[in-house]
Amino acid sequence: MKLEKNENKATRIGFGEGLRDIAKQNTNIIGIGADITSSVSMNIFADEFPERFFSFGIAEQNIVAAAAGLALGGKIPFFSTYGVFAALRATDQIRISLCYNNLHVIIGGAHAGISVGADGATHQALEDIAIMRALPNMTVLSPCDANQTYNAVFAAVTQINSPVYLRFGREPMPNFTPKNLEFKIGKGQIFTEGTDVTIIATGHMVWEALEAAKELTKQNISAQVINIHTIKPIDKTLLIESAKQTGAVVTAEEHQIIGGLGSVVAEVLSQNYPVPIEFVGVNDSFGESGNPNELMVKYGLKATNIVSSCKKVLSRKLKNY
Amino acid sequence: MSSISELKNIAKHIRIDLLKSISEAGSGHTGGSLSSADIFTALYFNILNHKPDNPNWAERDKLILSIGHIAPVYYATLAHVGYFSIDELQTLRKLGSRLQGHPGKDHGLPGIELSAGSLGQGLSVAVGLALASKIDKKNNYIYCINGDGELQEGSIWEAAMSASHHKLDNLITFIDRNKLQIDGETENVMSLEPLADKWKAFGWEVFECNGHNIEEIINTVNTAKTIKNKPKLIIANTIMGKGVKSIENNHKWHGKAPSKTELEQFISEVY
Ligand SMILES: Cc1ncc(C[n+]2csc(CCOP(=O)(O)OP(=O)(O)O)c2C)c(N)n1
Repeated sequence: MKLEKNENKATRIGFGEGLRDIAKQNTNIIGIGADITSSVSMNIFADEFPERFFSFGIAEQNIVAAAAGLALGGKIPFFSTYGVFAALRATDQIRISLCYNNLHVIIGGAHAGISVGADGATHQALEDIAIMRALPNMTVLSPCDANQTYNAVFAAVTQINSPVYLRFGREPMPNFTPKNLEFKIGKGQIFTEGTDVTIIATGHMVWEALEAAKELTKQNISAQVINIHTIKPIDKTLLIESAKQTGAVVTAEEHQIIGGLGSVVAEVLSQNYPVPIEFVGVNDSFGESGNPNELMVKYGLKATNIVSSCKKVLSRKLKNY
Repeated sequence: MSSISELKNIAKHIRIDLLKSISEAGSGHTGGSLSSADIFTALYFNILNHKPDNPNWAERDKLILSIGHIAPVYYATLAHVGYFSIDELQTLRKLGSRLQGHPGKDHGLPGIELSAGSLGQGLSVAVGLALASKIDKKNNYIYCINGDGELQEGSIWEAAMSASHHKLDNLITFIDRNKLQIDGETENVMSLEPLADKWKAFGWEVFECNGHNIEEIINTVNTAKTIKNKPKLIIANTIMGKGVKSIENNHKWHGKAPSKTELEQFISEVY
């Protein structure tokens, strides 16, 4: 697979373009606006299909439950706002009206992670994966770049018939996966082959993982990089196979370590094939204001942090603990 | 106490300094900060009983900013009234600053009563504070500033019910009624009118005033204080971007920062 950065593009644009294009094929799709329509790129859809876009104002709880009603009435509603508000403000509505009724509603969780930047802690979604993945019937998608986010939108409509939380970011980031790369919900993707250590990453951290693997190659360490675009249901088979092959794992995510991808991987491997694991993520703290790159550095979310975690986990592998 | 003409002059400098800080930060909420600058001036330089040199004074009136995104006007006002130095405004939104994009109590800025930035929570917190003061038989007032778009959050109406149910006449909240929000006009995004009647039906005493006339704001609060057994709402009619003619009444400026060249022009326009 050719993974080359062609441009920087925000994953939220992939979301908006995907929504516009799938809506051309499926007339049941409707969009619900929560007063930040352009911020989450839903304007790309709304401009093309004004009669299928409904403004509901700043009212996340009402929107989620109304989306449940729309789904019961035969529609496929998309609702998007910042992930902090999408996942956390309306959690109970998501749990009961969407998940317990098992309805096909797609929630776009925008502005994921610390890379949101200067808006600060209130707007940086760092707990959304933990909360959304704990809900029965919920599918949690976290694509790695704009092209993959576009494909995730299509998968969320065509491959399943139940609630979806689709997580994406704000800042332009490397867009590097081929446009036509298959997106199969529940299947992880090996992006780089390797034998010494496995790096399992999601979202923006996948690019950092690829950079880390390149650096490790220079140091004679062979790292396998796995992209997890579906946090739930998790690709157990791939995780177990990889752990057997390398015997050491590092996870990387723009999210709290508590409850995120790292926890998923630990849950799977501890039961099936225990190996040492190191976690790259936010360590039980709120974010803060700053520019995106400064924050990624301060919170330890860069390729160099993955590299040092790989070395640490390799020394644990040697010592067998 | 400052005269009305002095207060007007202070408001002008608050506007200039908030524009400077947002421009230096490169992002931030210009529109709502400008629309509420006169309300902030009236509150901190006249209405509130507070001590900038003793921010934790137990008997103080408290102001809860429910719309955390207009932090720039909050910070500029707190600096001008003496909570910290005006120079610090230039650190807005930078790494390590006490002036977070949305107010964060943890970061130690004096005068901040509440971390906020998720809409629709501040009025409930104000209800709790007002109830605590009642329990302790304190004579202080709790003020709150809400946005108009913010009123679309259902939790606001839960707060409204609880405030009148508990007869919180020590609670006075302002609505910055600039009629705009991010997606456009409030009445197009999710209509709010008839706004005054809704609050009256929820058991509040409702006032309206020109939110850019500092004298009128002060007089309205003084009248509101005479009403007993009910929470009070002041619908302050304002203009988004007020004070900089070229961006007034334009929702595109809800969350946009002036560039360096725009800044010079805007400062020259401020009135
Ligand atoms: C719960 C929640 N949902 C959405 C947002 C994003 N947001 C920030 S400001 C804003 C618009 C607020 O409108 P208004 O209260 O009228 O303030 P103004 O535009 O006048 O500054 C929105 C939707 C938020 N901060 N919190």
